[in-house]
Amino acid sequence: MLELRNIKKIYNPGEITEMCIFDGFNLSVSDGDFVSVVGSNGSGKTSMLNIICGSTPIEGGDILINGGSIVKTKEHARYAKIGRVYQNPSMGTSPNLTMFQNLSLADNKGKPYGLTRGVNRQRKEFYREQLAELGLGLEDKLDVTMGSLSGGQRQAVALLMSTLTPIDFLILDEHTAALDPKTAEVIMKLTDKIVHEKKLTAIMVTHNLRYAVEYGSRLIMMDKGQIVLDKSGGEKKDLTIESVLSLFTQISIECGN
Amino acid sequence: MSTFLDLMVGTLTQGLIYALLGYGVYITYKILDFPDLTVDGSFPLGAAVTAVLLVNGVNPYLTLLAALVSGALAGLVTGLIHVRVKVRDLLAGIITMTALFSINLQIAGSNLTVERGVDTIFTAGPTMALLGGVPLIYRKLLVSAIIVVAFKLLLDIYFKTKNGLMLRAVGDNATLVTALATDKGKIKITGLVISNALVALSGCIVCHEQRSFSATMGTGQVVFGLATVIIGTTIFKKVGFVKGTTAVIVGSVIYKTCIQIAISLGLPANLLKLITAVLFLVILALGNIQKSGVKKNA
Repeated sequence: MLELRNIKKIYNPGEITEMCIFDGFNLSVSDGDFVSVVGSNGSGKTSMLNIICGSTPIEGGDILINGGSIVKTKEHARYAKIGRVYQNPSMGTSPNLTMFQNLSLADNKGKPYGLTRGVNRQRKEFYREQLAELGLGLEDKLDVTMGSLSGGQRQAVALLMSTLTPIDFLILDEHTAALDPKTAEVIMKLTDKIVHEKKLTAIMVTHNLRYAVEYGSRLIMMDKGQIVLDKSGGEKKDLTIESVLSLFTQISIECGN
Repeated sequence: MSTFLDLMVGTLTQGLIYALLGYGVYITYKILDFPDLTVDGSFPLGAAVTAVLLVNGVNPYLTLLAALVSGALAGLVTGLIHVRVKVRDLLAGIITMTALFSINLQIAGSNLTVERGVDTIFTAGPTMALLGGVPLIYRKLLVSAIIVVAFKLLLDIYFKTKNGLMLRAVGDNATLVTALATDKGKIKITGLVISNALVALSGCIVCHEQRSFSATMGTGQVVFGLATVIIGTTIFKKVGFVKGTTAVIVGSVIYKTCIQIAISLGLPANLLKLITAVLFLVILALGNIQKSGVKKNA
């Protein structure tokens, strides 16, 4: 259970460019939820993810995981139980290391990175199986450096890496936005499969309304730091792209976009 | 003819000793992507510590350890300034480097000579037991080679450990390190500590070799280190299996040879740093011409 309580977030406080993005923002996500978050640019979607992960400090409010506050927990420590996939495929992997080395590092998350051997040969076969399941032909490229792979391949590996160790939350930050439509589809299906197989709680920010409607158990629309639509269960199933789009357009017109 | 040979052996020895400095710069510049100017202070620091210990009759082999520790501390200071006080990388190095100039003066004065009677790692008992029959200049070459190869192997092993992979990842993509629930600041500090320990070790062996310390011996060392790394990695760019550490050794020997040739051609010693800088510029320019000529990822 993740709760954001009364969150207050101001960018550049005290300066001319001061901008209040959240004032009294609340959200709670139950275990096992797969939440799709949509909203126009500047509505606070990515800021919300950054607040959960600790990449941005907050001016007020509380963040709780299973009832315990994590506001004072540093960003890197929060990632012990959070997996995150970024919009930019190169953010999730180390380009000069091989895929095997990248996967091995991810596999060791939560344990100390000491002076023992970096890669575990006994796990190689396991990685190969996992990669073969993706159907992207990556299973033969374990010893290739990540930098030489395509964006879609890197994103698939990044997704796999972020979910290798047990995590409480999977954070997906427009993770299909930089990919071509076909690859985006592959990554989205893969995401859905992983979330269900590993029974993860996931929050996915997306600009693709179809993904938001088709995937996930709950849909949230954000506007100006507020939640303007929140549907789950049967109500979520009844949503159509058209109905979400019409609300989306309505909000955008009000904004003057 | 024999003087020419002596000169070549001497240059090769110098190249090897400075390869240790090259390793250090390789870690900060190439792996961490951190332009670390601490080098200009930690190199003479290693020499200052060594000179004082030798003059005071300490076992010469222990000076290697003392230099490593002193350099590690210098790297730790730069790392803490950068990570904890959040000072930019370049400035953090400049602060430590400037402070070290005074510290080195405090440790060893502006000049310190190690008298002929004092044993160095090239003349002490165990070395003589092993290589006693070998003339001094060849002994210097062999002892330097043993140390340089030993540290090359240690580094190659380290780069393959979990910690070493994280070090490589932090320069590559610091976001990933954070996402792996690890404090990227600590990893950067680790890199700076290892780097400056090696730089100080290089200063230590130079002090053994020339039997002297001078407060100004650090000037331009970071440029030397950068040139070494860039020459080495450029030469072996197309050859995948050559390790970075090997490339650094080759780069260091080539650069020392170039400078030695310039001196042999009669260029005055006062122009040494000028030559060092111009040579470095030429190498950078050549590297850029090569880059624009060949399309990336073609």
